Amino acid sequence: MRQLTRRQAVVLGASGVVVALAGWNGEVLADTKAAAEEIAKFTGGKTAEKGKIAIELPEIAENGNTVPLSITVDAPMTAEDHVSEVLVLADGNPRPGVARLQFTPLSGKAEAAVRIRLATTQNIIVVAKTSKGALFTEQKLVKVTIGGCGG
Amino acid sequence: MAEKPRLKLPSEAKKGDVIQIKTLIPHIMESGQRKDKEGKVIPRKIINTFVCEFNGKPVFTANLEPAIAANPYIQFSAKVDESGTFKFSWKDDDGTVTTAESKITVA
Repeated sequence: MRQLTRRQAVVLGASGVVVALAGWNGEVLADTKAAAEEIAKFTGGKTAEKGKIAIELPEIAENGNTVPLSITVDAPMTAEDHVSEVLVLADGNPRPGVARLQFTPLSGKAEAAVRIRLATTQNIIVVAKTSKGALFTEQKLVKVTIGGCGG
Repeated sequence: MAEKPRLKLPSEAKKGDVIQIKTLIPHIMESGQRKDKEGKVIPRKIINTFVCEFNGKPVFTANLEPAIAANPYIQFSAKVDESGTFKFSWKDDDGTVTTAESKITVA
Protein backbone atom coordinates (compact mmCIF):
# COMPACT_ATOMS: atom_id res chain seq x y z
CA MET A 1 0.00 0.00 0.00
CA ARG A 2 1.12 3.53 -0.87
CA GLN A 3 2.17 5.47 2.13
CA LEU A 4 0.08 8.53 2.99
CA THR A 5 1.72 11.90 2.96
CA ARG A 6 1.07 14.10 5.95
CA ARG A 7 -1.28 16.31 3.92
CA GLN A 8 -3.38 13.38 2.71
CA ALA A 9 -3.68 12.08 6.23
CA VAL A 10 -5.02 15.43 7.43
CA VAL A 11 -7.57 15.59 4.60
CA LEU A 12 -8.75 12.06 5.29
CA GLY A 13 -9.19 12.77 8.98
CA ALA A 14 -11.19 15.91 8.31
CA SER A 15 -13.54 14.22 5.84
CA GLY A 16 -14.18 11.51 8.41
CA VAL A 17 -15.34 14.15 10.87
CA VAL A 18 -17.62 15.72 8.25
CA VAL A 19 -19.25 12.37 7.48
CA ALA A 20 -19.80 11.68 11.17
CA LEU A 21 -21.38 15.10 11.70
CA ALA A 22 -23.67 14.71 8.70
CA GLY A 23 -24.89 11.37 10.01
CA TRP A 24 -25.61 12.82 13.43
CA ASN A 25 -27.50 15.79 12.02
CA GLY A 26 -29.66 13.56 9.85
CA GLU A 27 -30.77 11.59 12.87
CA VAL A 28 -31.68 14.66 14.91
CA LEU A 29 -33.65 16.11 12.00
CA ALA A 30 -35.65 12.91 11.62
CA ASP A 31 -36.71 13.04 15.27
CA THR A 32 -37.66 16.70 15.07
CA LYS A 33 -39.78 15.86 12.03
CA ALA A 34 -41.65 13.18 13.98
CA ALA A 35 -42.32 15.72 16.73
CA ALA A 36 -43.53 18.28 14.16
CA GLU A 37 -45.95 15.70 12.77
CA GLU A 38 -47.36 15.05 16.24
CA ILE A 39 -47.82 18.78 16.77
CA ALA A 40 -49.56 19.19 13.40
CA LYS A 41 -51.95 16.35 14.29
CA PHE A 42 -52.72 18.00 17.62
CA THR A 43 -53.24 21.53 16.29
CA GLY A 44 -54.90 20.50 13.04
CA GLY A 45 -52.20 22.38 11.15
CA LYS A 46 -52.82 25.71 12.89
CA THR A 47 -49.97 27.71 14.35
CA ALA A 48 -49.75 27.83 18.12
CA GLU A 49 -48.90 31.13 19.79
CA LYS A 50 -45.84 31.18 22.02
CA GLY A 51 -46.45 31.81 25.71
CA LYS A 52 -48.87 31.20 28.61
CA ILE A 53 -47.08 27.95 29.45
CA ALA A 54 -44.49 27.49 32.17
CA ILE A 55 -42.28 24.39 31.91
CA GLU A 56 -40.29 23.39 34.96
CA LEU A 57 -37.39 21.06 34.27
CA PRO A 58 -33.90 20.67 35.64
CA GLU A 59 -31.38 22.46 33.43
CA ILE A 60 -29.16 19.41 33.56
CA ALA A 61 -30.69 15.99 34.17
CA GLU A 62 -28.01 13.64 35.45
CA ASN A 63 -30.17 10.57 35.08
CA GLY A 64 -32.40 10.42 32.00
CA ASN A 65 -34.39 7.55 33.52
CA THR A 66 -36.44 9.85 35.68
CA VAL A 67 -36.56 13.57 35.05
CA PRO A 68 -39.12 15.67 36.96
CA LEU A 69 -41.29 17.76 34.64
CA SER A 70 -43.94 20.22 35.70
CA ILE A 71 -46.25 22.15 33.38
CA THR A 72 -48.50 25.07 34.22
CA VAL A 73 -50.74 26.82 31.71
CA ASP A 74 -52.01 30.26 32.63
CA ALA A 75 -55.79 30.05 32.06
CA PRO A 76 -59.00 31.00 33.90
CA MET A 77 -60.32 27.39 33.91
CA THR A 78 -63.99 28.43 33.78
CA ALA A 79 -66.65 26.40 31.99
CA GLU A 80 -66.48 28.79 29.01
CA ASP A 81 -62.73 29.23 28.82
CA HIS A 82 -60.38 26.53 30.04
CA VAL A 83 -57.40 24.53 28.88
CA SER A 84 -58.85 21.31 27.52
CA GLU A 85 -55.79 19.41 26.35
CA VAL A 86 -52.03 19.58 26.62
CA LEU A 87 -49.58 17.68 24.43
CA VAL A 88 -46.09 16.96 25.76
CA LEU A 89 -43.31 15.95 23.40
CA ALA A 90 -39.60 15.19 23.72
CA ASP A 91 -38.05 15.76 20.29
CA GLY A 92 -34.89 13.72 20.89
CA ASN A 93 -36.43 10.48 22.15
CA PRO A 94 -36.82 7.42 19.89
CA ARG A 95 -40.53 8.33 19.86
CA PRO A 96 -41.40 11.94 20.58
CA GLY A 97 -44.67 11.35 22.48
CA VAL A 98 -44.56 11.80 26.26
CA ALA A 99 -48.14 12.42 27.35
CA ARG A 100 -51.48 14.01 26.52
CA LEU A 101 -53.18 15.64 29.48
CA GLN A 102 -56.88 16.47 29.49
CA PHE A 103 -58.23 19.09 31.86
CA THR A 104 -61.76 20.19 32.78
CA PRO A 105 -63.08 23.18 34.74
CA LEU A 106 -63.03 20.80 37.75
CA SER A 107 -59.23 20.70 37.46
CA GLY A 108 -59.18 24.20 38.92
CA LYS A 109 -55.71 24.82 37.55
CA ALA A 110 -54.17 23.64 34.30
CA GLU A 111 -51.10 22.21 35.95
CA ALA A 112 -49.59 18.77 36.18
CA ALA A 113 -46.31 17.11 37.04
CA VAL A 114 -44.86 13.78 35.95
CA ARG A 115 -41.47 12.11 35.75
CA ILE A 116 -40.18 11.38 32.29
CA ARG A 117 -37.48 9.41 30.47
CA LEU A 118 -35.07 11.23 28.19
CA ALA A 119 -32.68 9.47 25.83
CA THR A 120 -30.42 12.45 25.25
CA THR A 121 -30.11 16.23 25.48
CA GLN A 122 -33.20 17.62 23.76
CA ASN A 123 -36.17 19.99 23.76
CA ILE A 124 -39.37 19.41 25.69
CA ILE A 125 -42.21 20.85 23.64
CA VAL A 126 -45.61 21.60 25.18
CA VAL A 127 -48.69 22.55 23.17
CA ALA A 128 -51.92 23.57 24.91
CA LYS A 129 -55.41 23.78 23.45
CA THR A 130 -58.21 25.76 25.10
CA SER A 131 -61.95 25.14 25.00
CA LYS A 132 -62.22 28.23 22.77
CA GLY A 133 -59.77 26.72 20.28
CA ALA A 134 -56.77 28.91 21.12
CA LEU A 135 -53.37 27.24 20.88
CA PHE A 136 -50.25 27.97 22.88
CA THR A 137 -46.80 26.46 22.82
CA GLU A 138 -43.55 26.62 24.71
CA GLN A 139 -40.35 24.62 24.70
CA LYS A 140 -37.38 24.11 26.95
CA LEU A 141 -33.99 22.54 26.45
CA VAL A 142 -32.84 19.92 28.90
CA LYS A 143 -29.30 18.56 29.03
CA VAL A 144 -29.09 14.86 29.80
CA THR A 145 -25.91 13.32 31.19
CA ILE A 146 -26.95 9.64 31.13
CA GLY A 147 -29.72 8.63 28.74
CA GLY A 148 -32.77 6.82 30.03
CA CYS A 149 -33.74 4.53 27.17
CA GLY A 150 -30.82 2.13 27.30
CA GLY A 151 -31.23 -1.55 26.89
CA MET B 1 -50.55 -8.04 39.18
CA ALA B 2 -50.22 -4.39 39.85
CA GLU B 3 -49.32 -3.26 43.34
CA LYS B 4 -51.38 -0.86 45.38
CA PRO B 5 -51.26 2.76 44.18
CA ARG B 6 -50.33 5.55 46.57
CA LEU B 7 -52.44 8.71 46.95
CA LYS B 8 -51.76 11.99 48.67
CA LEU B 9 -54.57 14.53 48.93
CA PRO B 10 -56.41 16.32 51.71
CA SER B 11 -59.52 14.78 53.29
CA GLU B 12 -60.99 18.18 54.14
CA ALA B 13 -61.21 21.44 52.20
CA LYS B 14 -63.13 24.66 51.96
CA LYS B 15 -65.69 25.17 49.21
CA GLY B 16 -64.02 26.43 46.06
CA ASP B 17 -60.51 25.40 47.11
CA VAL B 18 -58.10 24.12 44.49
CA ILE B 19 -56.38 21.13 46.05
CA GLN B 20 -53.26 19.31 44.92
CA ILE B 21 -53.43 15.58 44.27
CA LYS B 22 -50.37 13.35 44.07
CA THR B 23 -50.54 9.78 42.84
CA LEU B 24 -48.00 7.04 42.28
CA ILE B 25 -48.46 3.49 41.09
CA PRO B 26 -45.68 0.90 41.16
CA HIS B 27 -45.21 -0.25 37.56
CA ILE B 28 -42.26 -1.24 35.37
CA MET B 29 -43.37 0.94 32.40
CA GLU B 30 -41.52 -1.33 29.95
CA SER B 31 -40.90 0.95 26.98
CA GLY B 32 -40.88 -1.59 24.15
CA GLN B 33 -37.53 -0.14 23.06
CA ARG B 34 -35.29 -2.30 25.20
CA LYS B 35 -33.78 -5.60 24.09
CA ASP B 36 -33.07 -8.68 26.17
CA LYS B 37 -29.79 -10.66 26.19
CA GLU B 38 -30.72 -12.51 22.97
CA GLY B 39 -31.35 -9.21 21.22
CA LYS B 40 -35.12 -9.66 21.15
CA VAL B 41 -37.24 -6.60 21.83
CA ILE B 42 -38.97 -6.78 25.22
CA PRO B 43 -42.65 -6.12 24.49
CA ARG B 44 -44.12 -2.83 25.63
CA LYS B 45 -46.08 -2.89 28.89
CA ILE B 46 -47.03 0.46 30.34
CA ILE B 47 -49.84 2.24 32.11
CA ASN B 48 -51.36 3.98 29.10
CA THR B 49 -54.21 5.91 30.71
CA PHE B 50 -54.79 7.56 34.06
CA VAL B 51 -58.23 8.98 34.90
CA CYS B 52 -59.42 11.00 37.88
CA GLU B 53 -63.14 11.59 38.47
CA PHE B 54 -64.93 13.45 41.21
CA ASN B 55 -68.52 12.35 41.96
CA GLY B 56 -68.60 10.77 38.52
CA LYS B 57 -67.44 13.88 36.66
CA PRO B 58 -64.07 13.94 34.86
CA VAL B 59 -61.35 16.02 36.54
CA PHE B 60 -58.14 15.03 34.82
CA THR B 61 -57.04 12.42 32.29
CA ALA B 62 -53.52 11.57 31.20
CA ASN B 63 -52.65 9.46 28.17
CA LEU B 64 -49.16 8.21 28.83
CA GLU B 65 -46.41 7.12 26.44
CA PRO B 66 -43.34 4.95 27.12
CA ALA B 67 -41.41 8.17 27.83
CA ILE B 68 -43.04 8.26 31.28
CA ALA B 69 -40.62 6.97 33.92
CA ALA B 70 -41.18 3.71 35.82
CA ASN B 71 -43.55 3.89 38.80
CA PRO B 72 -45.52 6.74 37.18
CA TYR B 73 -45.97 9.69 39.47
CA ILE B 74 -48.73 12.08 38.47
CA GLN B 75 -49.51 15.31 40.23
CA PHE B 76 -52.42 17.60 39.31
CA SER B 77 -55.08 19.86 40.81
CA ALA B 78 -58.81 19.70 41.46
CA LYS B 79 -61.36 22.33 42.40
CA VAL B 80 -63.78 21.14 45.07
CA ASP B 81 -67.21 22.73 45.50
CA GLU B 82 -68.91 19.87 47.37
CA SER B 83 -68.12 16.84 49.49
CA GLY B 84 -67.63 13.65 47.58
CA THR B 85 -65.35 10.92 46.34
CA PHE B 86 -62.39 11.03 44.03
CA LYS B 87 -62.01 7.94 41.88
CA PHE B 88 -58.69 7.13 40.27
CA SER B 89 -57.95 4.50 37.68
CA TRP B 90 -54.81 3.30 35.94
CA LYS B 91 -55.12 1.26 32.75
CA ASP B 92 -52.38 -1.19 31.81
CA ASP B 93 -51.51 -2.18 28.21
CA ASP B 94 -52.70 -5.72 29.08
CA GLY B 95 -56.17 -4.37 29.89
CA THR B 96 -55.90 -4.55 33.68
CA VAL B 97 -57.42 -1.56 35.43
CA THR B 98 -56.29 -0.64 38.95
CA THR B 99 -58.58 1.68 40.90
CA ALA B 100 -58.43 3.69 44.09
CA GLU B 101 -60.77 6.07 45.91
CA SER B 102 -60.48 8.93 48.35
CA LYS B 103 -63.23 10.84 50.15
CA ILE B 104 -63.18 14.55 50.84
CA THR B 105 -65.38 16.64 53.14
CA VAL B 106 -65.98 20.16 51.92
CA ALA B 107 -67.18 22.74 54.42
